[in-house]
This record gives sequence, C-alpha cells and structure tokens, in this order.
Amino acid sequence: MQVNSRLYLDTLYLTIGGELDEHSANYARLNLDEQMSNADFKQIIIDLSNLDFMDSTGIGVLIGRYKKMKQRGIPIFISNPSVHADKIFRMTALYDIMPKIN
Amino acid sequence: MNYMNQMTLKFDSLSINEGFARSAVAAFCVQLNPTLDEITDIKTAVSEAVTNCVVHAYPKTVGQIEIWVGLTMNTVHIEVRDDGIGIADFEKVREPFFTTRPQEERAGMGFTVMESFMDTLELRKNDNKGVIVSMSKKLQGKLKAVAGGSNVKL
Repeated sequence: MQVNSRLYLDTLYLTIGGELDEHSANYARLNLDEQMSNADFKQIIIDLSNLDFMDSTGIGVLIGRYKKMKQRGIPIFISNPSVHADKIFRMTALYDIMPKIN
Repeated sequence: MNYMNQMTLKFDSLSINEGFARSAVAAFCVQLNPTLDEITDIKTAVSEAVTNCVVHAYPKTVGQIEIWVGLTMNTVHIEVRDDGIGIADFEKVREPFFTTRPQEERAGMGFTVMESFMDTLELRKNDNKGVIVSMSKKLQGKLKAVAGGSNVKL
C-alpha cells in the first residue's frame, strides 16, 4: 500500500496504490491525513489507477477522509477506480459524497 | 455434494493474513479457469469474511480462522469459520451499512459485498461458538486440466 501526493495549483492529487484492506487501512488513514494536513488546496482528487485490490474497508477509509475534509469545506473526487472498486462504490453510494471524475 | 477437489487453510486471526488467505483461495480456484473478474469477486468476498473474523469474531484476542474450499465442475464453495464471540443477530448484520462499531470508520458493507459478489451466502452458528460463513459462486469459465475425482495428480 502506497500513498503519494502532488500539489498543483489549488488541487491536491493523491494516489493510492497496492492493496487496501483491514491490514493496510490504518497506514492508509495516517498517511492520507498527513498529506492532507500539509498543504493548502481547495479540492482533492484521489487517483485509484494503481490500486490493485480493495474491499469494503476502503469505503470506511474514504468516508473518514471525506468527513475530515468536509469540516474544512474541501470536496474530494475519485478518479480511475477499477471495475471492482467502482462496483463497491456504487453499492455504497460513495459517489453521492465523493463524485467520480474522468 | 461430490467435490472434485477440496482444500482447507487454518491460520491466526491477524490482519496480515488477509492477503494470504484471499490469494491462496484465488490460486486454488484457478484450476476452474475462471475469468479475472470472477477471481476478483472471490478474492473480495474472502477478504470481507476474513476481515470480519479478525475484527469482530476475535476483537481482543488472536484466534483461529479456517477456510474450506470445495470445487465442483463449475462452482466454487467456500466456508470461513471461526470460534469467536459469535453474531447476536444474523439478520441484522446482513443489512447494508449496519456496523457494531460506527466510531471506527467502518462501512458496514462486508456482507452486502459478499452477497453481491457471490451467488449464495449463508450464515450459521459454528458448533460450540463462532460463526460459519458459507458462500458459493458458479463460474462461467470452462474446466481446464482436471477430470475425475480429487485424487487426480496435477
């Protein structure tokens, strides 16, 4: 599980790669929170093209980050989910709060 | 049921074993020549079931998780069993977004995911204590190498 970030203009680009499950969730939480606290930005785009595996634990992680950013008025968008991640996101209506973008 | 091949895995309820468990089950199912999509469905369902054991069945201890997989010509049968604290309400836990630990950023979608990625899902009590999650999935892929009973040498 790897988390990388890049700030461009007013957008924080985050990539989550590897496998996101119960085992890596805590690391992902801490890492994402750290990257989100270190910069000044108006929106976040989370790119999942390098995410090889995710189960519903990933939903909990993402919703947790959404709640934190909501307090700061910062929207989060999801890009490039795998077919399976997409299925889980639709099932949980995640896109209602973190819209998918291309 | 006549299975042409079966296997059992037993391991500690440590989260680091989740990746091992889902990969091992997926590797065993490869002999039915599944599609990549079907394999990912199975991996995700196994991951959900094992996570439940790690987080909920053995909340403060490390216990044993046992996974049995049985293959028929075109169907994968999986049972994940624990000897943990059990489930109070078998109906309730299957409801989407139900979680016993809302304060922990949990989605409460584990059984919903298992249900939608597999064809059947059944929960029952393990003999003395704990839970057995039983699920199955029919594969569209065709049988590749094996014919006959479980004593076939590959």
